[in-house]
Amino acid sequence: MTVIDRYSRQELFQPIGKLGQQNIRNSHALVIGAGALGTAIAESLTRAGIGKLTIVDRDYVEWSNLQRQQLYSEADARDRIPKAVAAKKRLYDINSDVEVVSQVMDVSIEEIEQLIIDVDIILDATDNFDTRLLINDISQKANIPWIYGACVGSYGLSLTIIPGETPCLQCLLDTIPLGGMTCDTAGIISPAVQIVVAHQVTEAIKLLTGNQSSLRGSLLSFDLWLNQSSSIAVDKMKKEDCPSCGNIPSYPFLDKAHSTKTAVLCGRNTVQIRPGKNTTLNLEKLALGLKPLGQVSKNDYLLSLTTGEHRLVFFTDGRVLVHGTKDITEAKKLYHQFVG
Amino acid sequence: MSVFVNGKEIVISTGKNTILSLIESYELNPKLVIVERNKEIIEKDNYKSTILKQGDHIEIVHFVGGG
Ligand SMILES: [Zn+2]
Repeated sequence: MTVIDRYSRQELFQPIGKLGQQNIRNSHALVIGAGALGTAIAESLTRAGIGKLTIVDRDYVEWSNLQRQQLYSEADARDRIPKAVAAKKRLYDINSDVEVVSQVMDVSIEEIEQLIIDVDIILDATDNFDTRLLINDISQKANIPWIYGACVGSYGLSLTIIPGETPCLQCLLDTIPLGGMTCDTAGIISPAVQIVVAHQVTEAIKLLTGNQSSLRGSLLSFDLWLNQSSSIAVDKMKKEDCPSCGNIPSYPFLDKAHSTKTAVLCGRNTVQIRPGKNTTLNLEKLALGLKPLGQVSKNDYLLSLTTGEHRLVFFTDGRVLVHGTKDITEAKKLYHQFVG
Repeated sequence: MSVFVNGKEIVISTGKNTILSLIESYELNPKLVIVERNKEIIEKDNYKSTILKQGDHIEIVHFVGGG
């Protein structure tokens, strides 16, 4: 076996073939989120020989991630490596032919407008509806398909959204689920992740190889523990007056008035604070200033300060994760106490 | 009376025979589900007024945020 044979099994699969493989090679996929779904999607697309893959995440690797987030190692958790950084390193080991771009950032309006440049497909691997509705709007505005995927417990679901053809997420959800309702207090088993990813990646490959007629065309869900699955044809749910995909779209989630500066992280007892302007934190300098106030540790990407029952993690892009609270006011108070 | 929910036959007690009561019996938020009855999608506004009939095939998909 040589490098030439690398994609032979995929090329032998008739609907892909050598031409399809070339199409995959010429494609750029954007994976938003590098948690359970994101790592599995990224590994699958990297092995499949995607030309370029951009992976974005705002968090760093923790021990509780290792049970299902397949690109990470114990060393990543021990050293608190940002997920996007650790993912890129592992993806390069898997397939050095793929151009992997990693971004340690919180995806909001300005970020997503930059991230989607030259992108052929967006894969949703986020853990919240705020970001998904942002993806939904930019997908319509920039005419890029996206594939929704989500899971909790032993349950998961997926939907493929193609601008101008299918209904969008906004058409299906007339209420926006609040952060708290989506938090994964029910835990998650890894096989549920893998099933969602199998659907997302297969739909992505169909799209990228010109096999549109093979797309599933339905909202799909399953529960591995209850041995149930369901599929609903949602094509009739496309709404003419939808603010995202309708006749006169307003893209409400790309409106800066909607952008949030703070967010409670899903199931983490953590609040994220984003500075208003784009800033760069000098971690060396910050470490010197914070040493008298608590226990400080740092790596190339972030600095961690433990003080009392709270831990604050500062990223070079100015973001701070305040661990040990779900209370935004309390988190902001701590933030201002340490960074002024 | 019994209906099929996501392929599984379940027994419905009298007085709990609407789409809404079915959704609630699974402790799901009616605003976050898509429901199909015998291949027809039921509008959210009609969950309360839609009465289940013996042998109905119901599909329920609920949205979650995790990932
Ligand atoms: Zn829509």
